[in-house]
Amino acid sequence: MTTPAIPLWEVFIRSRNGLSHRHVGSVHAADATMALQAARDVYTRRGEGLSIWVVPSASITASDPADKAMLFEPTASKIYRHPTFYDIPDEVGHM
Amino acid sequence: MSQADRLNPALQALALRRADDALVLGHRLSEWTGHAPMLEEEMALANLALDLIGQSRALYTLAAELEGAGRDEDALAYLRTEREYSNLLLLELPRGDFAVTIVRQFLYASFVDRWWRAGVASTDARLAAIAAKAEKETAYHVRHAAEWLIRLGDGTAESHDRAQHALDRLWAYTGEMFEPEDAALVAAGICADPPSLRAAWNQDVDAVLAAATLQRPRNGWMQTGGRQGQHTEHLGHMLAEMQHLQRSHPGAVW
Repeated sequence: MTTPAIPLWEVFIRSRNGLSHRHVGSVHAADATMALQAARDVYTRRGEGLSIWVVPSASITASDPADKAMLFEPTASKIYRHPTFYDIPDEVGHM
Repeated sequence: MSQADRLNPALQALALRRADDALVLGHRLSEWTGHAPMLEEEMALANLALDLIGQSRALYTLAAELEGAGRDEDALAYLRTEREYSNLLLLELPRGDFAVTIVRQFLYASFVDRWWRAGVASTDARLAAIAAKAEKETAYHVRHAAEWLIRLGDGTAESHDRAQHALDRLWAYTGEMFEPEDAALVAAGICADPPSLRAAWNQDVDAVLAAATLQRPRNGWMQTGGRQGQHTEHLGHMLAEMQHLQRSHPGAVW
């Protein structure tokens, strides 16, 4: 049910120590405490999480999809920025 | 016959009572599936229901083992009649509106969480193991219901009135939670005696009601009878629905 009076929150979950929080979805909730509970109840039912962040969706400043060409296309031709041209010594291990 | 064996019938009855509590409330919560006010809360209520049904399974299994009559958890859940159920009356009442569901959850969870917490130290290892798992689940039930109750009570005029009305209506069913447990079990350190938890429950409830700007009803005459199988008119209807499949198709499995 759409309830415009209830704000939307973005949910981030960290699944293991050492990993970073990842965006998993969003919930409706009246305030931060209830958003945290809703996130727990909706997104951690199968043991996915060790830590939850919730952020008001309205606090997120997003790029304009119309700016996509200006912002992102120029990088397509700059393949030298990818690290694939370097030989990594075996001793370095996993990078 | 060892002392532990002599306590077995009492422990069996205890496990059955607490299993009935968990199953009946779990079923009432599960009735919200498809009807909750918002998706997030529907998931939350279903999670609470699954916690409780899981607890009931463990307790029924223990009760069946102590009974030693070849019945299993399903036989105890699906093939006993209303008069054989020994749950608290509070838990069988219809789910009502959202305020009734939340007030009931809060009043009961605030009690049973403390009971389970004490149960972690039970001298019966099986009950202690169930308590260790249940206590973490009911701790969240308290938190979830309390946060909602504060928002309903301190919310709009409508949500305040509904929460107060639910509280007034359910209060007479809270006395039954504090009826003494079997004295031999308490003496053997198998479970906490509910009267000993009352002062702490009062404090917990008063703190949340104050934050919710709700009036605590006066302790008047208290309903009783559930532990003896004397139920409200509602349990029979609930069991008819819950048991229908097993009774129509005995032994049916997925």
